Amino acid sequence: MAKISIRNIGKSFGATSVLKGVSLEIADGEFLTLLGPSGCGKSTLLRILAGLEVQSGGSLAIGDRVVDGIRPKRRDVAMVFQSYALYPHMTVQENMALPLRMRRLSAWQRLPLMGELLPGTTATTAEIERDVTRTAKSLSIGHLLARKPGQLSGGQRQRVAVGRAMVRQPAVFLMDEPLSNLDAKLRVQMRAEIKELHQRLGVTFVYVTHDQSEAMTMSDRVAVMLDGELLQVAPPQEIYADPDDLRVAEFIGSPKINILQATLRSDGLADASGTSFTVAAGLAPGSTLSLGIRPEAFHLVDASKDNVLTGSVRLVEHMGSDLYVHLDVPGADHPLVARLLAERAPQIVSGQTLHLGVKPERLLLFAADGRRLRPDGNTKANVLQIKERV
Amino acid sequence: MSTDRLTPPSHILRHAALLITGALILIPFVWMVSLSIKPPGEIFRASFSFWPEQFYGIENYTKALTEAPLPQYMLNGIFVCTMIVVLQIVVCAPAAYALAKLDFPGRNLLFGMVLIALILPHEVLSLPLFILGYQIGILNTYAALIFPYIVSPFGIFLLRQFFKTVPDDVIHAARLDGLSELGIVWKIMVPMALPAIIAFGIFSVVGHWNSLFWPLIAVRDQGLMPPPLGIMAFKNEEAGNDYGPLMAASTLVVAPLIIAFLSAQRWFVEGLTGGAVK
Amino acid sequence: MSTASFTGPDPAGSSTNTAETRKALRNHRFAETLAAWSLAGPALVLLVILFFLPVFAVFGIALTDWQFGASTLSFVGFGNFKEVFSDEGFRASLTNTLLYVAIVVPGTIVLGLVIALLIESGKSLRAFYRAIHFLPFMATLTAMAIAWEALLHPTLGLVNQTLAAVGLPTANWLRDENTVLPVLAVIGVWQNLGYAMVLFLAGLKSIPQDLYDAADIDGADLWLDRLRTVTLPMLGPVTMFVFIVVALRAFETFDTVQVLTRGGPGHASEMLLYTLYRESFEYLRTGYGASVAVVFLFIVVALTLIQARVMDKRVHYQ
Repeated sequence: MAKISIRNIGKSFGATSVLKGVSLEIADGEFLTLLGPSGCGKSTLLRILAGLEVQSGGSLAIGDRVVDGIRPKRRDVAMVFQSYALYPHMTVQENMALPLRMRRLSAWQRLPLMGELLPGTTATTAEIERDVTRTAKSLSIGHLLARKPGQLSGGQRQRVAVGRAMVRQPAVFLMDEPLSNLDAKLRVQMRAEIKELHQRLGVTFVYVTHDQSEAMTMSDRVAVMLDGELLQVAPPQEIYADPDDLRVAEFIGSPKINILQATLRSDGLADASGTSFTVAAGLAPGSTLSLGIRPEAFHLVDASKDNVLTGSVRLVEHMGSDLYVHLDVPGADHPLVARLLAERAPQIVSGQTLHLGVKPERLLLFAADGRRLRPDGNTKANVLQIKERV
Repeated sequence: MSTDRLTPPSHILRHAALLITGALILIPFVWMVSLSIKPPGEIFRASFSFWPEQFYGIENYTKALTEAPLPQYMLNGIFVCTMIVVLQIVVCAPAAYALAKLDFPGRNLLFGMVLIALILPHEVLSLPLFILGYQIGILNTYAALIFPYIVSPFGIFLLRQFFKTVPDDVIHAARLDGLSELGIVWKIMVPMALPAIIAFGIFSVVGHWNSLFWPLIAVRDQGLMPPPLGIMAFKNEEAGNDYGPLMAASTLVVAPLIIAFLSAQRWFVEGLTGGAVK
Repeated sequence: MSTASFTGPDPAGSSTNTAETRKALRNHRFAETLAAWSLAGPALVLLVILFFLPVFAVFGIALTDWQFGASTLSFVGFGNFKEVFSDEGFRASLTNTLLYVAIVVPGTIVLGLVIALLIESGKSLRAFYRAIHFLPFMATLTAMAIAWEALLHPTLGLVNQTLAAVGLPTANWLRDENTVLPVLAVIGVWQNLGYAMVLFLAGLKSIPQDLYDAADIDGADLWLDRLRTVTLPMLGPVTMFVFIVVALRAFETFDTVQVLTRGGPGHASEMLLYTLYRESFEYLRTGYGASVAVVFLFIVVALTLIQARVMDKRVHYQ
C-alpha cells in the first residue's frame, strides 16, 4: 500500500533552482527509474522523497499520507546509497540490526550494559537477530554476518546495504545509483538481482541512475529528467521509440539519434541536407523542424531520391552482428551514423558513396522548441495512454 | 549539503558556549596586553579594568625596546629561523626526491633511518650535540643555534609523501628535456610541491621561533639570544616585578606569529598539524 | 610502488639480452644509484652526525660517571640508572610528569572534542571560533607563561582578584606545592586544546554525509543517537592520534616549568625534561643527565610504537 504522489515539488539552493515543479505519480509496487545526466536533480528528488532534504515548494504523499515535514524514519522508506554508507565500525550483523534496534527498542533499552537489564530487551534483541539472520540468508550473505564492511568485496557490501534496507520491510525502496561503484560484470549481475528482488518483494522501488541501460533493463517506467524538469515518463520501449522531446531522444539510445535540420516547403515535403522528406507535421510552410532518425532506421538503397540521404562514407565500425557506418552528408553538422546488419551490408569501405533510405513512418519530427510533432498533431497522446493504464 | 539541524535556541546556545570558551582562552592574551599599557601604580592596584586610566603604553613599550635588546632578539630569531628553514629545504628536498622517485640499493635502509630519526625527541640528543658544539668550538654563536636542525627527518618524510604524488611521466619528460636529477628537484619537484614546502616552512619557523630548550643550552651571549630566551633573561635580570615593560616585551614577541597566523590561517593550521589535516 | 627509475621495470623476464645490452643496463642502473646517493648523501651524513651518533653517545655516556669538563671518567655500568631511580628528586619528577600527562591528555581531548563538535554543529563564525581556540597553540609559550604568571600573581593577578571578589579562597598558585602541578596542567590544556580541536574538526569533516543520511533513515536521527552511531565511532582513529601526540607534547613540557617554577616549590613541579636540563647543563652531571635522557627516550619511543601498533590494527576501519 504505497503509491507515491509527487505534486509540483520545487527545490532551490540559494539562487539556483534544482527542481522546477516536478509532478509524478508512482503506482504501488512499481519499479520507477529516475534517469538523467548528473546535475539534473534526480538525486535531489530522491533525497526529498527520503526526507533527507526539505523541498522548497510542493507536496509529497507516500501511501495515503502526506509526508511533508515528517522525519525520514517515520516515512517507511529505506534507502541504498551509492557509497553504500555502511557503518565501518559495525559488523554486518550490527549494520543490519541498527534500523530494527532504533525502531523496536526504546532509548533506555539501547543503552550499553544497562539497557540489557530492562524488561523485554533480551526478547526483542533475540527477535531482531532472527530477522537479520533470515534476511541475510535470503541475500546469501549469512556467512558474512560477523565481518566488518572493510573486509568485504564491493559486491558483498552492496548486498549488505540492500539487506539493511530490506530487513525492516519498508513500503518503499529508494536506490541512489547503487551499482555505479561496481565493475561492469558485477553490475550486470546485480542488475538482475535487484530486478528479481523487486519481483519477490512486490513493493515500490524508486531507482536513480544516469546509466540508460540500467534504466531500460530494470524499470516498469522510466522518468527522464533534465535541468530539474521531468521530460517524459513512460515504459522503456516507449521512451526509446516514441520520445516526447528532442532532448529525450538525444539522451536515450546508443549510438545517438541522428538529427537533421529541415525546412517545410509549401508542398508539405521537408528539405534537409539536399533531400526531400515526406513529413506529416501539420505545420505552416516555412517553419523549421528537426528530423530525428535512429541509426537502425536507415536501410541501403541503390539511388538517390526522396527520403534517401546520400553521402560519402567516413568510417566503418565493425561491431560483430552490426556495422556502424559514419556518413558525411552535405549540410549536416555531424556525420550521420547508420546501424546496418552486417550480413545484409555489402563490403562498405571509407570514401565510397552510399545511399541510405528512411521510411517516412520512422522519422521522428520535433518542432523548433524541441517538442515532438506527431502525425495526429497530439503531442501528449502517449502520456495520456499511460495514465489510463496505471 | 547537510541540512542545518539545530533549532534557533540551540544556535544561541552554541554561540554562547563558544563565546565563553573563546573568552577563557583569550584571557591570558588580554591580560598581557592590558598590563602592557598600564602604569605601575595601576598594575599594583586591584582592579578589573582592561583599559588603563592613564595610558602608559608608550613608556612601557619604549622601555621594553630599549632596556632589553629586544630588537636584537627579534633579529636573531628571524635570522636563525630563516637559516634553519632554508638549509632544511636545501638538504631535505633532494633526499626526499631520491626516496620518492629513484630506485637504488639502500633506499629502504635510508627511509628506515628517517623514520627512526622522526621518533627521536631532540631534547634527548641535546647532551651529545652540546659536546659536539663544544668540540668544534661553535657554542655561543649563531651556528650553535642552527646546526642541530639542518636536517629535518619530518621535512624529508613530508616532502617524500608529496613528491610521490607527482606522476612519474613528468619526471621522464624532464629527463628527456635534458634536466639533470638535481635540476628536476629544483625546477620540477619543489615548484610542484609548493604547498607542502610552505606548510613545512611554517611548521619549522613556528617551532624554532618559539623554542626555548636548545637556545638555553647553546648560547649565553645576550646579543645572540632568540626571542623566548631573551624575554626569559629580561624577566630574570631586569624587569623582576616591573610588569608593564615585561608584558610589553611579551606582546611584541608573540605578536608577529599571531598576526601571520590570523592572515594565513589555513596554511598555519595545515603546517602545524603536519599535514594530518587534509 | 612506482618509481621513476631510469630503466623502468626489470627486463630480466625477457632473458634474450646480449652481453652488451646487459652491460648497458648495468651502467644505467649504476648511474641511477650514483645520482640517488649524491642527492641523498648530505641528508644521510647529517642524519648520522646529528641523530644517530648522538643517540649512541647518550647511551654510552649514561654508562659513565663523566662530569662535563672533567678530564677523567670511568665506566660505571648501570650505576647511573640505579642512582636515578633511587633519587627522591627523579622519582618526584617522574611521578609529576605522569600526573601532569594524566591531567593534560584527557582534559585536552575532551575539551578539544567538545569545542570541535560545537563549532561543527552550526555554520556561522566557524573560522572565527577555530582561530580563537587555536591561538595559544602557536603563541610563544615562554612569553605566554609570563602572562600566566601575572594572571596567577597572588595579589595582583586576575585569578585571585576574581576569586576574592566572589568570596572564594585564594591561593599562591605557583608557590603552593598542592596547586602548582594542576595549574601547570591547566596551562598545558590551554595550550594544546586548539590543536586537538583542529584535528577533530578535520576528522569530523571527513565523515561522509552518506553515513548521517543512512543513520537518519535507519532511525538514529536524534542528536545523541547520531553521535553514538556515527560521529564518535568514526572519530576513533583521530582520537587515537590526538591521544598520542598530546601525550608526547605533555611529556616534553619544559618552557612553563623553566619560566614559572624551576621545579619548585621543593620538587613539586619538577618534570622529566627540566630534570634532564638541570642535571646535564646546570649541575654538569653529564653521565647522570644522559641516563635521565635514556629513560625519557624509552617513554617516548614506547608511546610512538603503541601508536603505530594501534593505528595499524584496531582503529582503522577500511
